[in-house]
Amino acid sequence: MRTPKKPKLAVFKLASCDGCQLSLLDCEDELLAVAGAVEIAYFLEASSRIVKAPYDLTLVEGSITTAHDAERLQQIRKMSKKLITIGACATAGGIQALRNFADVAEYARVVYARPEYLSTLATSTAVAAHVPVDFELRGCPVSKAQLLEVLNAFLNGRPPRIGSHSVCLDCKRKGTVCVMVAHGTPCLGPVTHSGCDALCPSYTRGCFGCFGPSASAHPSALRPALTRLGKTDAEVARLYATFNAAAPTFAAEHQALAPKKGPAA
Amino acid sequence: MDIWSLPRSRLGELIALLRARGYDVVGPTPRDGAIVYDSIESDAELPVGLGDEQSPGQYRVVPRDDGAVFGFAAGPGSFKRAFHVPEERLYRVQREGKTLRFVPEPVAPRKVALLGARGCDLSALRVLDRVLEGDRYRDERYAARRSEVLLIAVHCGSPSSTCFCSSMGTGPRAGGPWDLALTELTSGEHRFVVETGSPIGLALVRELGLLTASTLDKIHAAKVPVVAAQRITRRLEADGLGARLAKNLDHPRFAQVAERCLACANCTQVCPTCFCTTIEDFTDLDGAGAERRRRWDSCFNPEFSYIHGGPVRPSTRARYRQWMTHKLSSWHEQFGSSGCVGCGRCITWCPVGIDITEEARAIASAGTSEKAT
Repeated sequence: MRTPKKPKLAVFKLASCDGCQLSLLDCEDELLAVAGAVEIAYFLEASSRIVKAPYDLTLVEGSITTAHDAERLQQIRKMSKKLITIGACATAGGIQALRNFADVAEYARVVYARPEYLSTLATSTAVAAHVPVDFELRGCPVSKAQLLEVLNAFLNGRPPRIGSHSVCLDCKRKGTVCVMVAHGTPCLGPVTHSGCDALCPSYTRGCFGCFGPSASAHPSALRPALTRLGKTDAEVARLYATFNAAAPTFAAEHQALAPKKGPAA
Repeated sequence: MDIWSLPRSRLGELIALLRARGYDVVGPTPRDGAIVYDSIESDAELPVGLGDEQSPGQYRVVPRDDGAVFGFAAGPGSFKRAFHVPEERLYRVQREGKTLRFVPEPVAPRKVALLGARGCDLSALRVLDRVLEGDRYRDERYAARRSEVLLIAVHCGSPSSTCFCSSMGTGPRAGGPWDLALTELTSGEHRFVVETGSPIGLALVRELGLLTASTLDKIHAAKVPVVAAQRITRRLEADGLGARLAKNLDHPRFAQVAERCLACANCTQVCPTCFCTTIEDFTDLDGAGAERRRRWDSCFNPEFSYIHGGPVRPSTRARYRQWMTHKLSSWHEQFGSSGCVGCGRCITWCPVGIDITEEARAIASAGTSEKAT
């Protein structure tokens, strides 16, 4: 009897810090089981061995910031049966999407001695803005547990169980006391997508919004509460202008509140 | 019925006695800037000399100068958590050859003594009992956890500004059944006036060898919830409210409150009667087994009402309306009571301080005044 062929897994990186693909290597206890269940066909962070396309499951980290990557992404899509994006860069453009609200040429002049050597786009965009994506896994970085759940779901042919509710629901399930109501700590939990298991509030910190907007996020409704806790409009804008700055719901809020030149910096 | 006196110095003995009888004592304890309910081992863990200040969207623990043990109002947690747990595995499934073996997750037997339950909390438990074990759709897991529970009530003397139990008929005096009910008296010698409501309660009193309370103490104790009620200013006009809300489902106020609502689900999670859950199935990585889990969920999540094609309630307006009118209106038809006990948690713990009493008043009064602002 022939053993069924293991699905081929590929991991590609665009403009990103590598943190999300490292989450996969960080799955210490489960890594062997994953490696046993799939054939790691393309994963340069882990191995220089490359198996030819096509790939059954492709994970893509990073955003599109260059014409070259935009072209590469088309190739990646063609080589992949299922394509799943991982992390804030791939799903929302990442921190580098702050350029979308500013002048990239000016940024380049400030940062680089010879900006003319750069070839970069004016925007940083999510993968889904360029090619069809089968599933988007949020977070900066993604949660190890959720990444495993996505792989597990793929291997077993079922939809991933990834909730799109607010961080608040996770705080309440855990019994974490609300840092905003009980301590007066500004927190983006009420508008932020779950996934981190409400990490920061469980260490009495406010949520930073690493997982981007929740399904029902309503930042303008949170504004009065943040104002009451002493945040100026510019400071509120700054809260949203981070890893998910270009996620439409967050972008609308920091653009509505930011001082009129460029993003809050 | 005799009424007894328990000196504050002997409160620890009551807790020790309950523990000796095999009860897990769940009572109030300060944690992370709030007074929460959790398992406690001694009276040192109680919020001694602590009170709270609450307003819409704000909660602070504050010191009290009278050393009161039960001198606070409803906190972020409720006793719901002890019986209707936030997350649990229901069963595992194991592949065995060509068959599947289902292994239900047992509920560990546990005797629980709830110490310091307020009228609102006890009413909430009765509401949950009706929902989860009151008819043919019994939640056996809830019923098992609820089967050996001793109730030690405290008649409330310290309502907060967000409380409205008096207009819901659930407090400040704790309605029975309870096994024991305490009233805390801090002037003079710090003591509790103790009423018994069951043979077990009476047995506890006898085992502690409590003396009967003086006539004067009985009078003082009877006044405590009366004075508390006078301090409660928030109200929900409960009479006929359900019918009035049901007539005004298209009230513009629902759209207005949706503008302020975060749809973050906090109100439903702190509510001691909200019981909604989601069921999630997980597989083992190798597909050899699977399990079914149940977790608290909320009608404020779009996913909660998702069926083929999209969520049944796609807007925050629709979801807020569902929550409020279920709680205050259709709950009556479904379960024979209001789903609201007036504890005020949803008002305090809403990050933007949306007040259900204010919203209900505006929406229910539309019949008499079309000016809905």
